[in-house]
Amino acid sequence: MKILVAVKRVIDYNVKIRVKADHSDVDLTNVKMAMNPFCEIAVEEAVRLKERGVATEVVAVTIGPKAAQEQLRTALALGADRAVHVETEERVESLAAAKLLAKVVEEEQPQLVILGKQAIDTDNNQTGQMLAALAGLPQGTFASEVVVSGDGGDGKLQVTREIDGGLQTVELTLPAIVTTDLRLNEPRYAKLPDIMKAKKKPLDVKSPADLGVEVASSLTLLKVESPAERKGGIKVGSVDELVDKLKNEAKVL
Amino acid sequence: MIRDPEVLDQLIDTISRFVRERLIPNEARLAEEDAVPPELLEEMKQMGLFGLSIPEEYGGLGLTLEEEVLVAMEIGKTSPAFRSIFGTNNGIGAQGILIDGTPEQKTKYVPRLATGELLSSFCLTEPDSGSDAASLRTTAVRDGDHYVLNGTKRFITNGPHADVFTVMARTDPGNKGAGGITAFIVEGDTPGLKRGPADKKMGQKGAHTCDIIFEDCRVPAENIIGGKEGQGFKTAMKVLDRGRLHISAVCVGVAERLVEESLAYAIERKQFGVSLAEHQLVQAMLADSKTEAYAGRTMVLDAARRKDEGENVSTLASCCKLFCAEMVGRVADRAVQVHGGAGYISEYAVERFYRDVRLFRIYEGTTQIQQVVIARNMVREVS
Repeated sequence: MKILVAVKRVIDYNVKIRVKADHSDVDLTNVKMAMNPFCEIAVEEAVRLKERGVATEVVAVTIGPKAAQEQLRTALALGADRAVHVETEERVESLAAAKLLAKVVEEEQPQLVILGKQAIDTDNNQTGQMLAALAGLPQGTFASEVVVSGDGGDGKLQVTREIDGGLQTVELTLPAIVTTDLRLNEPRYAKLPDIMKAKKKPLDVKSPADLGVEVASSLTLLKVESPAERKGGIKVGSVDELVDKLKNEAKVL
Repeated sequence: MIRDPEVLDQLIDTISRFVRERLIPNEARLAEEDAVPPELLEEMKQMGLFGLSIPEEYGGLGLTLEEEVLVAMEIGKTSPAFRSIFGTNNGIGAQGILIDGTPEQKTKYVPRLATGELLSSFCLTEPDSGSDAASLRTTAVRDGDHYVLNGTKRFITNGPHADVFTVMARTDPGNKGAGGITAFIVEGDTPGLKRGPADKKMGQKGAHTCDIIFEDCRVPAENIIGGKEGQGFKTAMKVLDRGRLHISAVCVGVAERLVEESLAYAIERKQFGVSLAEHQLVQAMLADSKTEAYAGRTMVLDAARRKDEGENVSTLASCCKLFCAEMVGRVADRAVQVHGGAGYISEYAVERFYRDVRLFRIYEGTTQIQQVVIARNMVREVS
């Protein structure tokens, strides 16, 4: 079984985000970038399926600027066999990303596509779903468990989904799309010798034009604002006063 | 020399993340249990940390010295005892075999040192010979195709756990100096090799040292490193020479961590209505520590680059060890001072680091030995 796993370059989750002075966007100058944590989980799941002998090949794909190849190298170091880079300097919205991925799916013909459920930069949570629609494939989103029955021989996949207030298990007919939730697995650290070897694994570069997709967005970013500053708390003298304030000032009761 | 900046960035990123996510949160546990948690040890092996300086052909990473010191600076940002467990395989425990060993010796031991399957130690210091290493008394007497070792080695890092020892012993009783010393590979389960109880140390809890005692310990003659008698002291010096820059880099990493800890505390803690970081006398301490750590980083990188280019950096490596070990001592002292009373309480990391860093001025050549080496080399160069 061939698995296609999509990864996105985002601000490292440890970085304290700063908004540009003119509120036009998040300030990315000299900011450390990394693979989106949900994408790390996607790579880990694909690599585990390969280690179990279920998958025969893992292909990592990313869309983004030249520097996004760093994240593909990370995926290769973690165990992906080869990588595809759809290179563009443009801001790529979810729909354009899904269209590009749909083309890659068409070319690669994977049995399974694994994506993070969302990227921690814009938190859109829609690329996987859009890709499923465009590619006409069944989807199992927010996966906390993925079971390939009969090692994929019977062409079925069970996905346990984290939904509000519980779990839902669905069965998909392969080929299929899975998006990962936080509890699906705990990603490993790349082995240092594998990082050195990753450089030798194949990495193809394509442009959106090669794939016949227009990435220009129909969505305009108007404004980005930081969360409101936290104000200092107050101490109250009694339970009565607390209840009074919750009721009349905070209006939460 | 950095062979591929992108690959090195990824290596350092990965190590830095491992340090931040796995090692730093376990520092207190390491000290409390006086042992590297077994699951972390396994993770370090899996990651390849035991083979940083071992060539790729033997399964290591084959880092250049510049790459190695950059990695060591990252690893320095957590308790030195974590580094210690894989430090010997990257340094004194494996380098003797790597630098001067025969092809057979390398093939037999080095790949397993690179993976951490074997843990190694370096036996030079004795109860009566520390800095004056050439006066060591452990003897090795030829008996057929074996040598019989007798003597005691002291403060042997990873001694309680090591599977392979590089042992310096006197094979020529007529030569009381460096020329009478031979380096042997001694396996940990060799009859006659005994391990003393683990030493109770001031700091670096979790890293263990002990006496290694040889009582009629029979070692095959083929285990002489390089196969030739009388070369042991030279081997030992080559090993220590390389290690000096690595240790210096670790000092830089620890100093940078201490600067981070001091800064974070100084910003958070308020006195006289403002944060500590706004008081000029505290600022002076922060600035001095930052400057000194930066000076250390710069000199270590310079010396490492020169070494990679083939320059003899014996003097510079000693300069680095001298400065960085003393520097991190001063930085740790200021870190405790910035923390005030809290710095004396073991809840804060700086208290532990203050004790941990004291060793840097002593081992792998004391500050005073570095001074002697530097000055002697200076004089030799002009005469």
